[in-house]
Order: sequence, then structure tokens, then C-alpha cells
Amino acid sequence: MTRSANLSIAFSEEQAMILDSAQAFCRDKSDGNAVRSLLKSETGFNQDVWDEMVALGWTGLTIPEQFGGFAMGIGATVPLVESMGRHMLCTPYISATIAAQAIVRGGSESQQSKWLPAMVEGTIGTLALLDNEDWGATSTSCELTTKDDQLELKGKKLLVHDALVSDFFLVLAKYEGTEVLVIVESSQLADNAIDSKTLVDETKRAANVDFTGVTIQSDAVLPSGEAALADLRLIGALLIASEATGSAAAALDTVVDYLTTRKQFGRLIGSYQSLKHPTVEMLIQMDSARTFIYHAATLIGDGKLDKDTEIACRMAKAQAADALSFAGDRAVQFHGGMGFTYDCDAMLYIRRAQWTQQQYGDPQHHRKLLAPLLLD
Amino acid sequence: MTTNNPLSEDQQLETADLKDFRNGVVDWIKHNTPADPGFLLPQTFMEVGSEQVLDFLREWQYKVWSSGYLGMAWPKEYGGGGMPRIFQQIADEEMKRARVPICFNIIGLGWAGPLIIDTGTDFEKETYLKGILTGEDIWCQGFSEPNHGSDLGSIQTRAERDGDEYIINGSKIWTTMGNYAKYMILLARTDPQAERRYNGLSFFLAPMGTEGITTSPIQKLTGDYGFTETFFTDARIPARCLMGEEGHGWRIAMQTLQYERGAEAGAAGGVSILATVMDDLLRIADDVQRDGQPLMKDPVTRDNLVKFLIEEQALYLAEKRVKIPALCADYPNSLALSTKLRGTEFFRRMRQYALTLQGASSALYVGDEDAVEGGFWQRAYMNNFSTTIGGGTSQIQANIIGEHVLGLPKD
Repeated sequence: MTRSANLSIAFSEEQAMILDSAQAFCRDKSDGNAVRSLLKSETGFNQDVWDEMVALGWTGLTIPEQFGGFAMGIGATVPLVESMGRHMLCTPYISATIAAQAIVRGGSESQQSKWLPAMVEGTIGTLALLDNEDWGATSTSCELTTKDDQLELKGKKLLVHDALVSDFFLVLAKYEGTEVLVIVESSQLADNAIDSKTLVDETKRAANVDFTGVTIQSDAVLPSGEAALADLRLIGALLIASEATGSAAAALDTVVDYLTTRKQFGRLIGSYQSLKHPTVEMLIQMDSARTFIYHAATLIGDGKLDKDTEIACRMAKAQAADALSFAGDRAVQFHGGMGFTYDCDAMLYIRRAQWTQQQYGDPQHHRKLLAPLLLD
Repeated sequence: MTTNNPLSEDQQLETADLKDFRNGVVDWIKHNTPADPGFLLPQTFMEVGSEQVLDFLREWQYKVWSSGYLGMAWPKEYGGGGMPRIFQQIADEEMKRARVPICFNIIGLGWAGPLIIDTGTDFEKETYLKGILTGEDIWCQGFSEPNHGSDLGSIQTRAERDGDEYIINGSKIWTTMGNYAKYMILLARTDPQAERRYNGLSFFLAPMGTEGITTSPIQKLTGDYGFTETFFTDARIPARCLMGEEGHGWRIAMQTLQYERGAEAGAAGGVSILATVMDDLLRIADDVQRDGQPLMKDPVTRDNLVKFLIEEQALYLAEKRVKIPALCADYPNSLALSTKLRGTEFFRRMRQYALTLQGASSALYVGDEDAVEGGFWQRAYMNNFSTTIGGGTSQIQANIIGEHVLGLPKD
């Protein structure tokens, strides 16, 4: 039998409507030219597209109604994020959604009423978690200490997603022996605090951010930040998995398109089983990833995530990252000489795969944490 | 937005009557499951390789039927229970859970029987149905032929009308229990000139005792028997053995395959497969000791087990997603057409890994007193190839998915 008590997948009318409009929107806004035109840009996204997403209400999907949102839960963002991945449409949506969840789940009333209505309107927040390359780290070296009647941060955070365009950061720090999340507004950062990194996935943006010397008031500390942290990591894993599932399907589409048009030795190359069978494997792996993200989307609620939800999110991330790695890798190979060029879209997917693999933990990290849940 | 309810939809709908019925089944199983027969129980009906195994399974099926837990939804006048299908489904669930022996007359219970109920004449119902349920009349299937494997369109076995008879010539292979069967569902070519090769086929309910029908047992890679090759040499069967009309054989064969999916689809019920599940694999990891502690503590083993568990969970969950068209819109038949490939290949690798876990003992085989679990896994792994080869090999499945789901060109 299985170790999850709840093996359901449900998909509501609302989710179906979001999926429909998200697919149409992303297809319309993010064709191949649009994706490539943003690769070298500073922010990595088109402000007009972001403004439209805000106008469509998508930034409010997970935010409670009293703050102007739609209170539809993380499950409603999964079809949207999958569609974004499918069309390689990049915006700070994932970062902002996780940051909003941090404030919903860990913030005080005043923090919520200050930030959440603004986030519905497009204000961007992002999590600053990593001190080093280890997503499995269980402590942080970033410190929060009392100085005079203020609190002062000391430490640098690695690979903060969408740092350059974020209006505020939720920084993981250690304060009097416990982990806390503190809100730092971008205006509080020192000049040159944001060090943009050159990323393998040119559709993404991330930076190292030095918070050393930033002073905050005690009301910038999330009262339940530590309690929310584990859930935020799982939500992050699920959203990255959702995007990766879409990108794996995009890689598959690209391969199928090539295999049904390219001829060699007088035959369409898709007729060769050495190409056909691994392409079917791409489909099967993508299908499993999609199954897991919608299972997780079904289970995930507004409260503390339970064991079944944790299992679902971790399986989703492990499966989706592996599915995309395989799809990106084979997409390059199957395009032959074309696949070795920058002009071929396989390049986008193999790079996205390497980005996806690590964000919010790689498959091995999740399997390691699944082991006690499933085996003991 | 969603609630966490640990009960499945079916279980939530279960009324007090059904719960009582379920409890009755559980109680019956407790008092009637046969004692260990002293040999490894077959996992599928393809493993009935000796009289000893046959007698045991026949007695068990008779007991299940005579206690009212087999053919529950089949018509009462032909030996069935005349009850709603849900009762059989519940009985099957509990029998499966308790891992009772299989009801072995699968071709009758799951293929021929439901077909006869749906489309058969009164004569056919009268003649065949009850013997299927009691296990007295064993049925076999004659679709595959030597040299044609899964390509049923190429069937060469001929059936020529001669007065009140058909004369059958040719041969069939992979006839399960061919040497024990009383009847065969037989697909043969009545019209070699038919414009489309599928239209030349007809479907027969053929008596295996007919003069001119002989069987030759096939020894499997496990060393056991279970299949025969079946030869037809001017075998004359009565014309009334034709099912439906001449030339409709392909259509009837395809309809027959639909019943396989259990009581829901019309099959008589009973446990058809003694499945191996991940719990069985985990049990080995718990039982086997390495360096003074269970293998289950070894991090490499744990990672491998988690990989299998992820894959198993994906298989279970796919059955849920396939019911939501909005989540299958881009490649609509993908999940349905890949079920066999994914499932059978998963079990092949999972059973193979069970051998790895046994260390040096994995070299032992059925019959050796020291073999882990009596050599169950050694045999199960090799028998699993019947699923990755039979019914269309995994490679053919991949072609089908590639061509029909992804739209890739044929060879």
C-alpha cells in the first residue's frame, strides 16, 4: 500500500478557469522572440506584462480577502505557474507569491495590513534564505543583534531571487538563539548591497545581497516566521516544481516538433526508435511531475502543512526536477548540431533545468527528507 | 479551499449496509483462507504449472463461489448472485487486502464470461456460465500465434465453413492452461480475401476436447509450466461455436479485452493477481541484516527505496488525474496509453531490486530451504516478463505512445 493516507487529486472550476486564461496569456505574451529579447535585460521581465498580471488579480490569488485578495490558496497558483513554465514567461511571480505566504503565515496583523494590500497591487517581495550553497542547511550564520534600541543585521545572503526588483526582503537570521524572518525594505540597503550574479538560466534573475549594517525596528520581525519557515520551503519547492513541469512539457513540444519535421537518411528522424522511445520517456516523466504538482495543489491548505502535503510537495520537486533535467538534456542531443547552438531553444530548457534542479533543494535533498516520512 | 479527508470518495459513500457486508467478507476470509499448501502460491493464472497447483486453486475458487463471493453481479439463473456490482468490488477489495489465493479461471471469469453475458445467446449462457464460476470448466485464450506476437491483425489460423462445422487449421501460442482447458476463445481467419485484414477474422468458443486439437506444454524461464502451444489439424468444431457473426472477430476480441479491468467492467471478480507492492519490498529491507542492523538503516538502500516509492505513488495518482480532462488537455491519451508500460516496467525493476537486497542469498532459487521467502522474488522477477512482453511488449507500447500520443512518424 502507499504511505500517504490521502491520494486525491481535485481540480476546481476556478482552477480550470485560471489554467485556461493563464495558458492563453502566457502563449500570447511570451513567444520565442519575447523570451529571447529579455535574456540580456537587467530585470529579466517585461514590466507591462507584470502590470497586466497584477490587473488580472493573479498577485492576489493567495492573499486573504480582507487584504484585497481572492483567498484561493496556493493550489490556485499551480496552474498559473505551470503555464508560465510552459512558455518560459519570467516575472517575479514565484518570489512574490512565496513572500506573500511568509507574511500571511508568519506576519503580525500590522505587517499583514501594511504589505498584503500592496502585494495585491504588485509590490514585490522575496525570500533571502541561503548563507551558502546548501539548501539543506538547518541553521543560518546571518545574525540579528541588539544595538542601542535597534536591531542590526550582519550577513550576506546568496542567490536571492529577483533581488534587484524586490521592494522588500524577508531575511532569515538568527536572533537570541532562534531563527527569525525579518522584513528589510530595499531602501534600507547600502549602495552596492545587491550583487547581481551571472546565472546559467538567462531567463532568471538572482543576486547576492549584503544585509550587514541594516538596522531595523523590532516590528520588522515576523512573529511566527520560524514556524512558517518549513512550510515556505515546501511552497517554494512546489512552485519551482510547477514551473519545471511546464518547462519539461515545453522541451517535449520542441523535441516533438523537430522529430516530426527534420529528415535524415530519407526519413523523418522521429521514426527512429532510438529517438522515439526516449521522447516517450520524457512524456512519462513530465506526466508524473504534473500528477504530483496537482496532487500537492489539492492537499495544500492555508494552515500548517501536514505530512501528506509535505510528501506531495517533496515528491513533486524531486520528480519535476528530474523530468526537466532529462528533457533538457535529450532536447539538446536530439537536435544534433543545431542543439549545440545558442539559436536552438533546447538551450533554454537545459539551462532552466540546471536552475530548477537546485532551487528549494535538489531531488536528492528531498528524497533524503522523504525517507523518514516514508520508511520509518 | 480543499479539505484533507483520508477516506476515498467510494468509502465516504459507503452505507451502513455495505459496511456490514464488508465486515462479513472480512470475517469469512478469516475463517476460510486455506492453510499454506507447502508450495509457492501462483501470483497469476499464468503460473498454474502442475496438477497439484491446479487442484488447490480449483478447490479454492469453488469455495469462493459457493460462499457467494464470486460472480456476485452475474445473473442468478446462470450461477451468479444477481447483486449490484458494488458488492463484488467490496469482496474483491477485502480478498486482495488479505492476500488470499487467486481465482484462477481468469479467461472465463474476466473475458469469456462477461462477453457471453453481454452478447451471448441463451444457449451460450446456459452452456458456459456456471462452469466458469465453479471452476469446473477451465477456459483458455487463442489469440497470439507463433511468429506474430502481439500483432493480432496477422492471424493465420484458418476456420473454413463446411456444412454445420468449421474446420480449424493452424496453431496458437502462449495458451495459458491450454492443457487443462475445456474451452478456448479462439480468433481465426474465416476470410483470407477480406480487403482489410481485421475484417477476415471470426471469434469462436471452441471445445478443446475436439479431435485434431493438441497441446504441447511450454517450459518458462522459471523452469515452471503454465502455457502451451496449441495445434489445430483439421479440427472440426460445430458451427454454433461461432460467436456473433463471421467477420466480427476483431471487434469481439477488442470488446473482450475491455472486461479485464475487474468487477467494474463486468468480470466475475475474485483476486486475479497476487500483487507485489512496495510494502513487500520494505519488509525485506527490514528483515535483512547488514553489519548488525537492518538494511533499512542503510542510506543508499533508503534512497533507492524512496525512488521506488515516488514511482509507485505516481502510478496510483495517475489513476486520479486521468479522470480530470483539464489536466490532460495537451496530450489527452497519454496517461491511459502509458499505464501498461509504466506499471509493468516499474514492477520489473522493483522485483529485480528485491533480489539485490538479498545479498548472497539472491543466488538461491525456489526449492532451496534457505531461499529468502522461498524464492518468491526470484520467480516473481522472471515471471514479470510476461507483463512487459505479453499484450504488446514495452517497446511496442513505446511505439504506440510515440505515434498515437506524440504524433511521431511510424518506422
